Amino acid sequence: MAMEMRLPAARKPLSEVLARDTKKHLVVPGDTITTDTGFMRGHGTYMGEEKLIASVAGSVERVNKLICVWSFLLSSRYNGEVGDIVVGRITEVQQKRWKVDTNSRLDSVLLLSSMNLPGGELRRRSAEDELAMRGFLQEGDLISAEVQAVFSDGAVSLHTRSLKYGKLGQGVLVQVSPSLVKRQKTHFHDLPCGASVILGNNGFVWIYPTPEHKDEDAGGFIPDLEPVSLTDREVISRLRNCVVSLVTQRMMLYDTSILYCYEASLPHQIKDILKPEVMEEIVLETRQRLLEQEG
Amino acid sequence: MSLPGHTKCRTEYIRPKTALLRKIRGSRSRALPDRALVNCQYSSATFSTGERKRRPHGDRKSCEMGLQLRQTFEAAILTQLHPRSQIDIYVQPLRGVVSLQVLQADGGTYAACVNAATLAVLDAGIPMRDFVCACSAGFVDGTALADLSHVEEAAGGPQLALALLPASGQIALLEMDARLHEDHLEWVLEAAAQAARDVHTLLDRVVRQHVHEASILLGD
Repeated sequence: MAMEMRLPAARKPLSEVLARDTKKHLVVPGDTITTDTGFMRGHGTYMGEEKLIASVAGSVERVNKLICVWSFLLSSRYNGEVGDIVVGRITEVQQKRWKVDTNSRLDSVLLLSSMNLPGGELRRRSAEDELAMRGFLQEGDLISAEVQAVFSDGAVSLHTRSLKYGKLGQGVLVQVSPSLVKRQKTHFHDLPCGASVILGNNGFVWIYPTPEHKDEDAGGFIPDLEPVSLTDREVISRLRNCVVSLVTQRMMLYDTSILYCYEASLPHQIKDILKPEVMEEIVLETRQRLLEQEG
Repeated sequence: MSLPGHTKCRTEYIRPKTALLRKIRGSRSRALPDRALVNCQYSSATFSTGERKRRPHGDRKSCEMGLQLRQTFEAAILTQLHPRSQIDIYVQPLRGVVSLQVLQADGGTYAACVNAATLAVLDAGIPMRDFVCACSAGFVDGTALADLSHVEEAAGGPQLALALLPASGQIALLEMDARLHEDHLEWVLEAAAQAARDVHTLLDRVVRQHVHEASILLGD
């Protein structure tokens, strides 16, 4: 079996590749933003000796009298908002709820009462339901859910009160930065190339084979464990590599960009997509096609 | 990152499982209602010192180093912004010995840890007052030396570790466990402060470059 090895090489700064520059005021912690005391201080700043000083690294945003520093680096954690679709992994099973890891600062919560019962029944959850919780979702399971509410400390409460949410079966998970997932009307996409994708707002992207029939009774609990065909597997692997290459080149993820990237990658072998030069080429082509489509 | 000399440090931070900033699990009684708890763990790799160490955790030097790191970062991080949370900083110095006769110039573990941890905390987006830049200094033969190497440390002279917040010039931690005449203290302190400021220039440049790149890619 032939193997290819490469020595680590310094990454070319992407700003050169894109040939763009920023006009924003960039700061690092300790920098003085302004000595004018007329401003209100927002996130990322603190007052020290009559000067407004930055406490995170980022760009200064000014809205009328409010100055805050928006940290690019902080956006690697997901901040929940009501109505977002997220994909999460169960970390704990507690008394009447599950703790879900959604790449945010605090673990999210899925209450038992926010979960659909099998068969879609509507009734009060009893003690037996509580004891049977582990039968529904165990530690390590992946679920898709929607954000119901956000607590004051930033923790997020999820719900799966619809048949399209629930436990996820066979597929591939890609973890990306939440800032790269574009907000759209729907995050569940059935791509024409033969696979489906869920773009979680928290940065978890789930790629899975398109189910042939939508099972109404299951309510999202019974995962589909039928064997996945080779062609489907290849499509899913290629999609996964495309997503990874888009993310490395810091492009926004949405159904059109993933689809264009998939089409641009067809001439290459699946494993070649992860090579840096092939990645650049594919993403460049995707960028051009997207620009053409917009303009 | 590596400092002049060959001490290299690796700092672990954000990852979905070992989150740097997370809600306190386990002993909730330790949670502070109005501030975040800063927890620093120092663990040396088994190959990091001259002899291979079997127990890298829990020994006195690791505990003391962890405590010093914690004191340094409690002074720098704005903990009031994250009540009832815990900030974990795990530092692991990597230091290889090239040959038995010539020991690598690899002193200054505390300084390397602090500088690496500053970058980690910054990268995690945790609000800090300022960078924390550290350097060691000593006094040998009437001269103040900054950033001591292993050989200089082993010579047995007084050694000072200084952690500085460069913008305001405030000292986060100053530690020495030897005897030094107070007349010399000023020189040694000045040497350490100057070296720390030099480190700050370097870190500052790197962080600005990183933020610049991030802003181009994301900020449109």
